Amino acid sequence: MADAADPGLARDATPAPPRREELVGPGHDFASVTEKISSIVLQRRTPWGWFVGFAIAFALLQGMLLAVGYLLFVGIGVWGVTIPIGWGMDIINFVWWIGIGHAGTLISAILLLLRQGWRTSINRFAEAMTLFAVACAAFYPVFHTGRPWLAYWLFPYPNTMGLWPNFRSPLIWDVFAVSTYGTVSLLFWFVGLVPDLATLRDRARSKPWKILYGILAMGWRGSARHWHNYDTAYLLLAGLATPLVVSVHTVVSFDFAIGIIPGWHATIFPPYFVAGAIYAGFAMVLTIAIPLRKFYALEDFITMRHLENMAKVMLATGLIVAYGYMMEAFMAWYSADTYERFAIWNRMTGPYWKMYWALILCNVVAPNTLWVKNLRTSVPYLFFMSLVVSVGMWLERFVIIVTSLHRDFLPSSWGIYRGTFFDWSAFIGTLGLFSTLLFLFVRFLPAISIFEMRTILPGAEVEEEHP
Amino acid sequence: MTRPGLYGLMAEFSEPAAVVAAARKVHEAGYRKVDAFSPYPVEALTEALALPRSRLPLFVLLGGIAGLAAGYGLEYWASVIEYPMNIGGKPFHSWPAFVPPAFETTILFAALAAVLGMLALNGLPEPYHPVFNVPTFALATKDRFFLCVEATDPHFDLDRTWSFLLSLEPRVVSEVEQ
Repeated sequence: MADAADPGLARDATPAPPRREELVGPGHDFASVTEKISSIVLQRRTPWGWFVGFAIAFALLQGMLLAVGYLLFVGIGVWGVTIPIGWGMDIINFVWWIGIGHAGTLISAILLLLRQGWRTSINRFAEAMTLFAVACAAFYPVFHTGRPWLAYWLFPYPNTMGLWPNFRSPLIWDVFAVSTYGTVSLLFWFVGLVPDLATLRDRARSKPWKILYGILAMGWRGSARHWHNYDTAYLLLAGLATPLVVSVHTVVSFDFAIGIIPGWHATIFPPYFVAGAIYAGFAMVLTIAIPLRKFYALEDFITMRHLENMAKVMLATGLIVAYGYMMEAFMAWYSADTYERFAIWNRMTGPYWKMYWALILCNVVAPNTLWVKNLRTSVPYLFFMSLVVSVGMWLERFVIIVTSLHRDFLPSSWGIYRGTFFDWSAFIGTLGLFSTLLFLFVRFLPAISIFEMRTILPGAEVEEEHP
Repeated sequence: MTRPGLYGLMAEFSEPAAVVAAARKVHEAGYRKVDAFSPYPVEALTEALALPRSRLPLFVLLGGIAGLAAGYGLEYWASVIEYPMNIGGKPFHSWPAFVPPAFETTILFAALAAVLGMLALNGLPEPYHPVFNVPTFALATKDRFFLCVEATDPHFDLDRTWSFLLSLEPRVVSEVEQ
């Protein structure tokens, strides 16, 4: 056999349809794709930049542990939350993180159902991002309870107190939505990893890694019977995750919309929150993808087309979010309700006017620059935009939560909110937790789905014969 | 004829189209205890081996129904029977408010059914399998395609199956030890 030495290289270069060439750099085959992605984990020397980045992230995580330690010791009075602003940065950050997670599920599930081939090289780390973002998000409400060691009271279970949760409360809906979302995201991610863990098992050189990846791969052997069930499971999970992801941010928006606080009590909240979540999430995917492809030289797999498509999704969802802001203001005026009108006017001109207009700049003005193709295809500009959007979405949650609460119906109960040192250290700490987990993920697991990359290579598809 | 300790015969291919063609011929020749191995899902293999439809969708449907019943049942039992509380004058059975948690449990149970069902139908985790005894089988998770005819197949005959597999032009045919 001519191709005995390396069948991959001997594969003759059949010209691929142009659509596919843009998704994978030219000249790749099954072997080279496997080699390139698995070598990041198995063979390549860990770049010094990884150690520097990990050290910074890990240091921030230690800062979070100190901040949380002090919080547990003293109580949530160390945070800036007070009456009337009972929901401060903890809930802002909860909504911010959980929103970021949504892009991962959108990429892995909704784009799979829509047969978008470009999801393939970005879905794995976007799903990982989802998991880590949900972990960061879950931290806040648990600690916001004030007695996190009793957080299990949120779950319905038979107890000696004879108490059950109030299922009419959106906060309990949140418990169900977020815990289901975390679990299903983990399942989806792990199922996607199994064939790649088998690849790592078969390619690892040292015994301990072989055993570790072997245990995680659960004896996967690529059997056609297994793939048959596997594909069905994967597709069904995508079908289940799609309504789930929409429901999660809907339920998060119900935390506000079910209340009667002016500025919260609006039916537009669910769609506008979901669009905002996807918008923020794609920004975070870009924030991660751009350095990842640069430092690991993955430009062949995460191509300009991927980045441009993500920019387009950001633009589209950004416009939906802008529509949400417009409708919020319009409905406040059209309702002729004094308090609603005042809430919006107070946002625009009250003590937090800078936040509001910075938010408009970041989320309404800035994304419109993505209409320009030259900007949309400039990697540094996209990276900059992704940070702008992340800041904008944080401001959005700040504006919604703080400006609505700080001046409600009675002027005698008005107040001002300011995040304290411990608010900020907890927030920066979760950034540390998030990046620590990401660094570990990139180092120990394939950041790009190897088996799915094989399926989009030219020559991967075999025509079915229909007699 | 077979010999003790033999699991089957494994043919090795380097192209997806080759293994699909071979699988089709092996199936046409009457072999049923056949399995193919590929580094990524090849849909045509499912058809070539005439694999039955997966039973997984049924499991997932049942999981979803169980999740809905469990979630809604829990809410009803807790809010109406075990711990009725007048909250803002809302009825004990506030069904619209019960929808979101019941929806989430439906998804949760269905997703668990999909993953656990997939693992159960595939017999995973499976710490040992004879096919791993083939030295080059590690390439099944890289760029090689394999076709295995098991010795328990009634048509199996060591010599005849061997030469039949060779006629399908594989890279190599090897014996798989139990």
